Amino acid sequence: MLARLRQNGLAFSGGIVVAALFLVALLAPWLAPYDPHHIDSRHVLDPPSAAHWLGTDSLGRDLLSRMLYGARVSLLVGFVSVGISTAIGVSLGAVAGYFRGIVDAVIMRFVDVMLCFPTFFLILAVIAYLDASIWNIMLVIGLTSWMGVCRLVRAEVMSLRERDFMTAAQALGMPPSRVILRHALPNAMAPVFVTAILGVAGAILLESALSFLGIGVQPPDPSWGNILTEGKDTIGVAWWLSVCPGLAILVTVLGYNLLGEGLRDVLDPRLKAR
Amino acid sequence: MTRLLDVRGLITAFDTSEGTVRAVDGVDFHVDEGESVALVGESGCGKSVTALSIMRLIQPPSGRIERGRIELAGTDLLALPEPEMRQVRGGQIAMIFQEPMTSLNPVLTVGYQIAEAVQIHRRLSSRQAWEEAVRMLDLVEIPDPAERARAYPHQLSGGMRQRVMIAMALSCSPRLLIADEPTTALDVTIQAQILELLDSLRARLGMALLLITHDLGVVAERCSRVLVMYAGRVVEDGPVAEVFERADHPYTLGLLRSVPRLGRTRGHLATIPGVVPRLTALPSGCRFRDRCQFAIDDCARIDPPLEPVTSARQRAACIVSARDGGLPQ
Repeated sequence: MLARLRQNGLAFSGGIVVAALFLVALLAPWLAPYDPHHIDSRHVLDPPSAAHWLGTDSLGRDLLSRMLYGARVSLLVGFVSVGISTAIGVSLGAVAGYFRGIVDAVIMRFVDVMLCFPTFFLILAVIAYLDASIWNIMLVIGLTSWMGVCRLVRAEVMSLRERDFMTAAQALGMPPSRVILRHALPNAMAPVFVTAILGVAGAILLESALSFLGIGVQPPDPSWGNILTEGKDTIGVAWWLSVCPGLAILVTVLGYNLLGEGLRDVLDPRLKAR
Repeated sequence: MTRLLDVRGLITAFDTSEGTVRAVDGVDFHVDEGESVALVGESGCGKSVTALSIMRLIQPPSGRIERGRIELAGTDLLALPEPEMRQVRGGQIAMIFQEPMTSLNPVLTVGYQIAEAVQIHRRLSSRQAWEEAVRMLDLVEIPDPAERARAYPHQLSGGMRQRVMIAMALSCSPRLLIADEPTTALDVTIQAQILELLDSLRARLGMALLLITHDLGVVAERCSRVLVMYAGRVVEDGPVAEVFERADHPYTLGLLRSVPRLGRTRGHLATIPGVVPRLTALPSGCRFRDRCQFAIDDCARIDPPLEPVTSARQRAACIVSARDGGLPQ
């Protein structure tokens, strides 16, 4: 699989971006040249220089350090919220696809209802009600983005259910839980994996948007979204405050999308014609 | 011999876009302890649905067992709660399927799959179950079983895979093995080996075998009794030797005539004219009358019961045969 991924140039570069991001986020405390919260009133809005590679913000904080810590937020939000949404989507989808009938109807109508809410405004409403903490953000993103995975897994399980080995498993006296967990889901994982990676990109984008609007990660904690908010006020005098987080978001989302698309090609044998 | 499986008046229906269809419509038969019985018929006559009904694996919501009794050694299977039925599946009745290519899970090793089957019905540690799996692979005559247990299904040939399926099915020593066209997807030389294996294991383990097939040659060699199905009904039931010697139902007769025989067949093979009627548009009375060379006017009015014609052990559902005491052969 890795070898085939390497042949796919775009996917491979996406993988490199993602891997680099992981390293940066994990090693942020060691890589960051300054404390991201350290205010230095002598160096306000300094342009990029040898001392401050990416310059400083309106409170004299080192932008590079804040960007590195911001990567941690992005990574955390991406994975935790996708973890939540995948867990919900896979379990509900598998149950709906396996049992069909009334169970399926109830779950799928619930999916339809969830899809009717404009996700962004639902999140705004929930955050207005709860605290705007990063944990609430991840929870809400997770709880509002599982429907795609649910439909996908339902369809996969439904088609797997018609396969003989599923009937064979039942004919051996396996309980439904075991048939689903051992026999249906492992065969449905490839598309789920791809969707999850693409989902990470979506979650990161959503978190940035929420933080930009001031209802995500709260200052002074750095996140690419709220750095961008500060940057927008000073865009005339300090371009680096807008450009750096913007580029970071762009490259990250692009990286995840390329990796996801590439994995889809690699994992889906029906698309092998190349 | 004691009665092992007793099926009475079984009706299994499916909802289709053209209305409700009875794929199995009033099937009666039994299987004795240790006996090997063949269930024969054309595609779509309800053989597999009968088998899945016995296992209670007819998938809702479109399919359901409408009526009938299915007794296994005196226990009414249709009345069992699902958890107990699960004990029966695999434990008492096991089943192997037509397509060994698709009946194994592609993402798990065959050893794992057999060990899993073992652990469902027997309390064994993973290691014991694995050893049992290797022993089962040895039983079904797979060379180098310890090595093969670690193989994935795609690494094995069709015949090997069917052996693995048999090993899985037999891992909990069922009393009845239902084999649904176990050799249809295999090439001829392998077919013979698999049938030989099934038959010797049946004799060795003392289980009964319900062999579903459309190959009369298989029936003649391996089974003691034959059930002939047509359009959802059993139309003839009797010992293989007697039925092959003197069929009492025109459909059975037609099937036997259409088998090529070495040295005896000249020119075109005999065929049964017409096709199996659609289950949504069955003829009145006898379902076979449109294709039957012996049909009389009464056939359109009377739904023939399955009853002894020429001997007490052989029953057929044909009023002409019953009237004349047999058919001209």
